[in-house]
Amino acid sequence: MTLAPGKKKEKLDRLAELSAVHDDERGVSLWREAMRRLRRNPAAIVGAVILAAFVLVAVIGPFLVPYEPTDTIGVREKVVSSGHGIIPGPSADHWLGYDHQGRDEFSRMVVGARQTLIVGIVSTLIGLTIGVLIGGVAGAAAGLGGRWGRLVDNVLMRIVDMMLSLPSLLLAVSVAALLGPSLVTVMIAVGMVSVPVFARLLRGAMIAQANRDYVLAASSLGVRKSKIAISHIVPNSLAPVIVQATLTLATAIIEVAALSFLGLGNPDSAVPEWGLMLADAQKYLDVRPGLAIYPAVGIIITALGFTLLGEAMREALDPKLRR
Amino acid sequence: MALLDVQDLSVTFSRRGQRTVHAVDGVSFTVDAGEVVGLVGESGCGKSVTSLALMGLLPRQRGVHVGGSASFDGTDLLKLDPRSMRDVRGRDVAMIFQDPLSSLNPVVPIGIQVTEVLVRHRDMSRDAARKEAAELLDRVGIPDPRRRLKEYPHQLSGGMRQRALIAMAVACRPRLLIADEPTTALDVTIQAQILELLKELVRDSGTALIMITHDLGVVAGMCDTINVLYAGRVVETARRKELFAGRRHPYTVGLLRSIPRLDAGRGEKLTPIRGSVRDVLPWTEGCAFAPRCDRRVDACVGEPPAMTPTHTGHEFRCVNPFPLVQPEEARA
Repeated sequence: MTLAPGKKKEKLDRLAELSAVHDDERGVSLWREAMRRLRRNPAAIVGAVILAAFVLVAVIGPFLVPYEPTDTIGVREKVVSSGHGIIPGPSADHWLGYDHQGRDEFSRMVVGARQTLIVGIVSTLIGLTIGVLIGGVAGAAAGLGGRWGRLVDNVLMRIVDMMLSLPSLLLAVSVAALLGPSLVTVMIAVGMVSVPVFARLLRGAMIAQANRDYVLAASSLGVRKSKIAISHIVPNSLAPVIVQATLTLATAIIEVAALSFLGLGNPDSAVPEWGLMLADAQKYLDVRPGLAIYPAVGIIITALGFTLLGEAMREALDPKLRR
Repeated sequence: MALLDVQDLSVTFSRRGQRTVHAVDGVSFTVDAGEVVGLVGESGCGKSVTSLALMGLLPRQRGVHVGGSASFDGTDLLKLDPRSMRDVRGRDVAMIFQDPLSSLNPVVPIGIQVTEVLVRHRDMSRDAARKEAAELLDRVGIPDPRRRLKEYPHQLSGGMRQRALIAMAVACRPRLLIADEPTTALDVTIQAQILELLKELVRDSGTALIMITHDLGVVAGMCDTINVLYAGRVVETARRKELFAGRRHPYTVGLLRSIPRLDAGRGEKLTPIRGSVRDVLPWTEGCAFAPRCDRRVDACVGEPPAMTPTHTGHEFRCVNPFPLVQPEEARA
């Protein structure tokens, strides 16, 4: 049976289409594969949308806000008198009303998003960097063996164990108290909390990878141990660390808020930050509960976004769930 | 003089509170330049441990003890310090592993893995190495090598992966190649292709090859000399033709009998060797195969059987071997 000319052309087009798809797939790395599966996961989409909105607000929001977040406009216009419990709620001019010092609550929320994002990211990066360094060195030392290797691994891991044995908030509070209150202190304190988690995770993954066949194969070709550790073992061990980093962003934001709430945050209390706003709002909970609810909802939604995306990434990168 | 002369190689694993395991218990064999030598035996007979010991890839830790000597072109591989051994590996002696998927790094493109060895041993620049790598892939029969260099292991088929591993192994034109069950993880048609490729590479480059396998069919197709291992010792060694025509050791005979045959009748049972590899007598107390052997006699137990040499170079370690049969009978 022969095909009609039109049919035939259709078929050829379809073939070309298929082969084009194949060309696209050239060099599909595990990461790109993971991205493809992330896009199919509704939870990942929700998480990504939340985060995209959050980042957008944090980056360009402060340029668009209607009022200066530090301007005590309500006091100047004599509509706010927190001492007497007079704090007006939402209105057309002030979408979320005033805070206890007569500043525009909406502007403070938007600018606070930026502060929260920066502190969250920087503190996670601090924890990630130190944790990966410690874990990488310990993992390489343990995986490649030898008396010195075991010693280095043991010393590093005992230090990490000590950090891990302290409750995370207590550790953050101690670091913050030790270094004195400043924005940098908050970031370091929150970062330190996640150091042991990253270190343990990377070390464990590296030790597991060190016994794999491709490591044996690489050493059978005479590749140096240090090269094997850096270019073979580490790239294979990073997936759980990256997932953990996303999840840590969520806890970092909560911890930053907690430190601010406890008064160990940024000493410049005029700079809006969600945790600080929450702390300030508690005195006026009976007058204007909204002042506590807005930053709390902000924290919850952002943390949720990071958690959703992190969990979805964990699934996408898990080789056991790969088709 | 032989390229590789392994004498009395032994590997023991000991652990406090547990019996010492003699994984390799006095293996001796030689490999001439350009020769294909088979090491045959069932699981647990010490084939793979022998190859790892020769490559110096056994973990250097307490409890792992390697004895004997393995003289490669005059230097004893077992006595080399780790640094010099690392220089030998990949350059003079290279290895091909059983499972091509797990032997390739899943997150690194093929190209980088192939060039790694060129950069390491031949001091090539990245660009030169990339060019050479494409030529290598072409030589091992991977079509469109430039594109394949950019791909990741999971995008290649099983046969293609094994070809890539072979390309890595032969990249520096080693004088000795050790192939540890290179076709076990592949399906039959691919097996044949890979064996053909190995044969071709050996013939063209004059590389010697140690073929480790449990598959006598593989051995029959390509080895010049065959060593049959049992419980860590060589029990029979012969040129290929002599072994298949006039096998003497009961274990070799048992191995050959247990191969399923296409011309066997339907429902006809296979003839396995009784018992399992676990039923061994330590070599010091007699023949390790004695507990499973049909031709066992009193002399089997007591002292270890020695290798019985013959004028053809065919040797076997048995006090009651099969009688030498005429070629006609052997085929029947």
